[in-house]
Amino acid sequence: MHTFRKGLMQGIGIALGYLSVSFSFGILAVQSGLTVWQAVLISVTNLTSAGQVAGVGLIAAAAAPLELFLAELVINIRYALMSLALSQKTDSAFSFPHRLLASFGITDEIFAVASIQKEPLKPAFMYGITLIAFLGWTFGTWLGAAAGTLLPEKLTNALGIALYGMFLAIILPPARKSKGILAVVIFAAACSVLLKVTVKWMSGGFALIIASLAAAVFGAAVFPVDPEKTEVQE
Amino acid sequence: MTRILLSIAVMAVTTYLIRMLPFTFFRKKIKNRFVQNLLYYIPYAVLSAMTIPAIFYATKDLPSSIAGTVTAVILAFIGCPLIVVALAASAVAYLTMLLMPLL
Repeated sequence: MHTFRKGLMQGIGIALGYLSVSFSFGILAVQSGLTVWQAVLISVTNLTSAGQVAGVGLIAAAAAPLELFLAELVINIRYALMSLALSQKTDSAFSFPHRLLASFGITDEIFAVASIQKEPLKPAFMYGITLIAFLGWTFGTWLGAAAGTLLPEKLTNALGIALYGMFLAIILPPARKSKGILAVVIFAAACSVLLKVTVKWMSGGFALIIASLAAAVFGAAVFPVDPEKTEVQE
Repeated sequence: MTRILLSIAVMAVTTYLIRMLPFTFFRKKIKNRFVQNLLYYIPYAVLSAMTIPAIFYATKDLPSSIAGTVTAVILAFIGCPLIVVALAASAVAYLTMLLMPLL
């Protein structure tokens, strides 16, 4: 119980952050033609920001399941690395069923908090931090989807930039410290703009996949990093 | 309706498997350096490509999107918390929308 409560406490900040970001996601989902409950269902089953935003865009564009699968794969592949890193840090209490359940909660922010814990990770800690973050994410989505339409149009439009602001806040501080990351960020942005302007028939999902893979391959080839440090930074 | 539920299921299962498989089954470390590097850079590449140029259409109005973007870039660069950057970008975009007609 003590460990669970510790997880809850450490997750409060994450939950508050999620509340406003998922509010903006809820608005976006409804504006893209989904119902309030479909928006909430996405948040309950996915618990991820970038993947949900891309997914909603693809659903609105009537994308094929394969396209959705590939887009989610490319956008969320970072979780594989985080999940890999966390798997090396688990307590012996982490049995197979616990692993199946707790892995659902590996988001960027939960990973960040879990990975800096001094002691090995216990299932109860992961459940505590995931539960409160999950509640913030779900409640915010419902609020944005249900009440977002009641707000003045200018205000809901202005909230549409919140998620992208958060994405910039994730990538810019590390880009400032690492030449490689900065180069990858600029390369990816340039590819994305180029594809948007030149290849108009290409769907947003595939443009995103191509731009990100090209930039990551470029980064890996031109700015290789020390794998030991990679583990720590991610 | 069915199409949307199927789409949501594809998203959810894909996202879950990405998180679950390595955490549950993979215990060894990846040795291939290029793959390690690729995995290292992918999050930044994805987030950047998702943000640009989309952020310039995010508020459905170019001047307010630009104002919000500039705000977010400055605050992110000096290392403000995620939530501060997100809300400040929205606030500045909103103020710009309100003030533009007065100019």
